[in-house]
Amino acid sequence: MSKPLIREVPPTSWYLRHPRYLRYMAREVTSLFVGAYCVLLVFALQSLAAGQASYEAFLVALRSPASIAFHLLALAAALYHAATWFNATQKAMPIQVGEEFVSGNLISGAHYVAWAALSIVILFLAGVF
Amino acid sequence: MKERLVQLDVFRYNPDTDTAGHYQHYEVVCQDEWVVLDALNKIKETIDPTLNYRWSCHMAVCGSCGMMINGEPKLSCHTFLRDYAGVIRVEPLTHFPVERDLVTAPDDFIEKLKRVKPYLIPKEPKPISEGEYLQTPAQLKKYHRFTLCINCMLCYAACPEYGLTPKFIGPAAISLAHRYNQDSRDGGRDERQEIIASKEGVWECTFVGACSEVCPAHVDPAGALQQVKIASSIDWFKEHLLPGGGK
Amino acid sequence: MAKSNKPIIWFPFAAGGTVIAFFIPVIVLLTLLAALGHVPAGLSYDSLRALAACGLGKLLIFGVIALSLWSSAHRLRCTCYDFGLRADTLVANVLYLAAAAGSIATAVYLLRI
Repeated sequence: MSKPLIREVPPTSWYLRHPRYLRYMAREVTSLFVGAYCVLLVFALQSLAAGQASYEAFLVALRSPASIAFHLLALAAALYHAATWFNATQKAMPIQVGEEFVSGNLISGAHYVAWAALSIVILFLAGVF
Repeated sequence: MKERLVQLDVFRYNPDTDTAGHYQHYEVVCQDEWVVLDALNKIKETIDPTLNYRWSCHMAVCGSCGMMINGEPKLSCHTFLRDYAGVIRVEPLTHFPVERDLVTAPDDFIEKLKRVKPYLIPKEPKPISEGEYLQTPAQLKKYHRFTLCINCMLCYAACPEYGLTPKFIGPAAISLAHRYNQDSRDGGRDERQEIIASKEGVWECTFVGACSEVCPAHVDPAGALQQVKIASSIDWFKEHLLPGGGK
Repeated sequence: MAKSNKPIIWFPFAAGGTVIAFFIPVIVLLTLLAALGHVPAGLSYDSLRALAACGLGKLLIFGVIALSLWSSAHRLRCTCYDFGLRADTLVANVLYLAAAAGSIATAVYLLRI
């Protein structure tokens, strides 16, 4: 009696099989840093609600080397997330005008432009320049 | 005509005698413009008639010669030898049971394809005497891309979520359901949603995007699945939050 | 087979993914500046209190934090599965509860301001 050969997928190491899987896992792992950063924001808000002294202490604590390293990781993660997210918009939300579909790069490009503009406005409102 | 000596490590499995697969090394002289399928054909004709694989059209239309070539799901009739240096590793499509050598069992995919009802279900049947179901070019274009699927299963071999969760209905079947859902002549969306908006349907997809990268027909299954997620979410909110289920 | 209730989880995930993409990089940049010793004027105690004191500011802060937390929690759940952790229900409960707790804390702190 002949039987087909079943090849199991290695559940903890499958993503090493191909670079595209590693890129995918990198995108997914950004959630760890973004999530941790959001927890930091909750603590920032806690100190803000607790009064000026508490908030100033929070700002001082931010200046530790570990905090700076974490910020750099979180920034890289947030930027990678943003790029992959905007690139995906053209797949998830195609726009058909009349007969033709709007170019996918136009849809993603519009997101990048809006993102840059919004970021500049926020930096301006925050008094960075 | 220019020739080249091609070396291949080909996956072999004999279900009558083997408990595991192994690789067999072949060296064969090929024409420079040949594809991997040509090399396999020459091996079968001149070196080893016991080698098994599927193929039919040799022009990237029938979808039967899909295999892993250096770890990438490819149509072997569409993969040029001149693009490869060194030994080429040829394996059966991942995630599917191997019947023999490079031949895999497509039963799981075929069963899923049937479940999503990939055919037109008219809103109201009408007799032939009333004429054809008309459609504008814009209505055709809306779903045209998703009609290009040749059922080659490369997307299933590329999809890690299908490998990890074999119940997942998967890229091609959901894209084909989406193709009919997007068709102005169709009225079967509610029936298909019962299948593709289920837990084993589109929600197993985590948007790896590998399916679209390997699709030889440029169907963009990953795009189709994200569109299905958005549409299914809108359905859910209509059904649960609007009075009367949004009907 | 029945339609899944997954949209309850997925829709806020998608909304949160969009919020993260648009807002989080620039917010990280602002707190990074503070971490480097150059606290932007907008992060001073007075201006941040003023922002959190108005209704629109509260809504904005809550929206960004709650949706980003939820989105991260959901993606982290999928990531755990992808790394081979098969206790999906446990992972999901822990992460979603953590995200909900963070959102409730955010609301409580905002209402205190």
